[in-house]
Amino acid sequence: MQLLLESGDFLARLLQQCANGVAKGSVYALVAVGYTMVYGVLQLINFAHSDVYMLGAYFSYYPARWLGYMPDGAEKPKVPLYVLGLAFAFAVTACACTGMLIERLAYRPLRNASRLAALITAIGVSIFLQNAGQMVFTSEVKSFPRYVDQTSVPLGPIAVANTSLIIVVVAALMVGGLHLFVQRTRTGAAMRACSHDMRTARLMGVNVNATISLTFAIGSAMAAVGGMLIAMDQPRLTPTMGLLMGLKAFVAAVLGGIGSIPGAALGGLLLGVAESVVGTWNTTYADAVAFVALIVVLLVKPSGILGKAGREKV
Amino acid sequence: MLRTAGILAAGLAAAFALNLLVANAIPPYPALVINLCGISIILAVSLNVINGLTGQFSLGHAGFMAIGAYVSAYFTTTLRYFDPEAARYISQAPLLDGLWGFPLALMAGGIAAAVAGLVVGIPTLRLKGDYLAIATLGFGEIVTILLANFRQVGGTKGLTSIPGHADTFWIYGAASVCITFSLFFQRSTFGRALIAIRENELAAEVMGIGAARMKVIAFIYGAFFAGIAGGLFAHLMLSISPANFGFMKSVEVVVMLVLGGLGSMTGAVVGAVILTILPEALRDIEREVNLSGLRMALYALILILLMLFRPQGIFGQRELSLKLLRRLVPGRRKESP
Repeated sequence: MQLLLESGDFLARLLQQCANGVAKGSVYALVAVGYTMVYGVLQLINFAHSDVYMLGAYFSYYPARWLGYMPDGAEKPKVPLYVLGLAFAFAVTACACTGMLIERLAYRPLRNASRLAALITAIGVSIFLQNAGQMVFTSEVKSFPRYVDQTSVPLGPIAVANTSLIIVVVAALMVGGLHLFVQRTRTGAAMRACSHDMRTARLMGVNVNATISLTFAIGSAMAAVGGMLIAMDQPRLTPTMGLLMGLKAFVAAVLGGIGSIPGAALGGLLLGVAESVVGTWNTTYADAVAFVALIVVLLVKPSGILGKAGREKV
Repeated sequence: MLRTAGILAAGLAAAFALNLLVANAIPPYPALVINLCGISIILAVSLNVINGLTGQFSLGHAGFMAIGAYVSAYFTTTLRYFDPEAARYISQAPLLDGLWGFPLALMAGGIAAAVAGLVVGIPTLRLKGDYLAIATLGFGEIVTILLANFRQVGGTKGLTSIPGHADTFWIYGAASVCITFSLFFQRSTFGRALIAIRENELAAEVMGIGAARMKVIAFIYGAFFAGIAGGLFAHLMLSISPANFGFMKSVEVVVMLVLGGLGSMTGAVVGAVILTILPEALRDIEREVNLSGLRMALYALILILLMLFRPQGIFGQRELSLKLLRRLVPGRRKESP
C-alpha cells in the first residue's frame, strides 16, 4: 500500500513535470517555427531570430510599463486589459518589421553568395542586436509587470498555473493557424513553392522577394509572441535572454524535422517535456538535454522526426 | 623539410626576441593583448585546418579549448601525489609544475582535447554543412554545461590561482610550432587530400582518398592545438571558468578565419591579430562615450559589412609569400590576382 502510494506520488510528480514541460515547449515551438520557415526557404540558420524574440519581450515591456498606472496603496502597477492588447499589437508589428528589415538589409544582398557568408552575417546580426539591445535597454534585469495574477488551476491529479495554460492555448492557436495558412491559402502555396524550388517558383509568377519578406515577418511575429508569453510567465528581461532560447528552439526545429511546421511544434513540445523531466533530478543538467538530443537525432535521423529525406519543406 | 625547419627556427627565435621585448619594455596591458594575440593565432590556424583546408564547418572550437584549459590547469593546480595508505597528499606541490611540468601539462591538455576530437569526430563527421556546424555547436555547449556541473573543477566559478607559467615565449613558441606544422600539413600529400575533399568530396573519394579518415585526422589535429591554446590561456589569465569558452568564443575564432580569408594560413594569422586587437581598441571608445555594448555592436557591424562587401576575406585563399611580396613591392606593377 505504501509502495503503491509512493509510486502514485511519483506518477503525479512526473505528470506535473510533463505539464510544466508542455508550457515551456510551447514557447520553444513558437520560436522554432521561425527558424524552420526561414531554413525551409533560404537554407539559412537565422541566428538573429533569437534576438528578435528578445526584442519582442522588450517591445511589449515598454508600452505595458508606460501605459500602466500605480493604484494608491498597491505594491505593483496595474495594467488595464486594453493596454495589454496595445502592447501585444505593438510588439508583434515591431518585430515583424524588424524581421523584414534584417532580411532586406543583411540577407538579401547575400542571397547568391556562399552559404557560409550568409551564416556569418546572421551571426553578426545576432551579435549586433544583442549589443544594441544592451545599449538601448541597458543590461540590468527588467521585470515585466505582472498583468495576470498567477493562480493554479487543478487539472485532475496535478495543478497547472493559469499562465501556463494561457501559453499553451495561445501557442497552439498560433502554430495551428500558421499551419492552415501555409497549407490552405494562395500565399501559403507561394511560400511552399519557394521552398521547393525558388527559380521555378519565380518562373511561375511567384513574387519571391515578397514571399521571403513575408516568411521573415511571420516568423518574427511568432517569436515576438513567444517573447511576450515568456515575459508574462517568468518576468526577467535581459538583452541576452535570446541566446539559450534561440539555440534550444533551433534544436527543437531540427528535432522535429527542419522545414516542417508541425515538426517544429512537435520538437518544441518534446524538448520542453524532456527538459522538465530531467530537471526533476538535476536542474543544471536540464540545459544539456537539448544538445544531447540534438546530437542523437542528427546521428540517427538527420532529417528529424517529421522531416522527409526528400525536399519537403515549410 | 629544411624549409619547414627553417620556418620553425625563425618562429622560435622571434618568440624568444618578443619575449625579451615584452618582459622588459612593454607595460602589462599591451603585453597581455600581445599574448592573447598569440593564443588567437593558435586557435585560428588550427581551426583553419578543419574549416579552411578540409571545408568542414566546425562551430565547437571553444569546447576543445575548454578541455585543454581545464585538463592542463587541473594538472598544475589541483592534482597532487596521493598516498592511498597514509590517505594524505605526499607533496604540497601540484603534480606537474615548474620548468618541465608546464609543457607536460600543456601536452596533457592537448592530448585530452585531441581524444575529445576523435570521440566527437567519428560520429559527427558523417554530417555535412549546416548540420555539422550545429552538431559541433551542441558539443561545445555540452562541454561548458558539464564543466559548470563538475564540482572538482569549481563548477560555474571555475579554477582559480593557476600558476602564471605562460609567458610570451611559450605562447609564441607554441604558435610557431602550430603554424609550421599547419603549413607543412597544407603542402603535404595529406593537405592536398584535405583540399580535394573540400573542393569535391565525391570526386576525392573516387580518386582513392578515404574522406572519412582524413576528416577525422584533420579534426583531431585542430582539436589538439585548440587544447594547447586553452592550456596557454589558462596559465596566462590565471583563472578560468566555463563562461570563457561559450558559443561566442567559437564564433570569434570562425570570424577570425573568415576575416583573414578561409583556407589561407596567413589570413588566419592576420585575422586573429586584428580581431584580438580590435575589440580592445574599441574598448577605449566605449569608455569614452560610456555606452556599454557599443564595442561589440561595432564589432558586429564591421563583420556584417565585411561579409557584404568582401565575403572572401582579406587574403582569399592566397598566402603571403616572398613571391607575392616581390610582385607587390619593387616594380609597383598592377596587382593581378
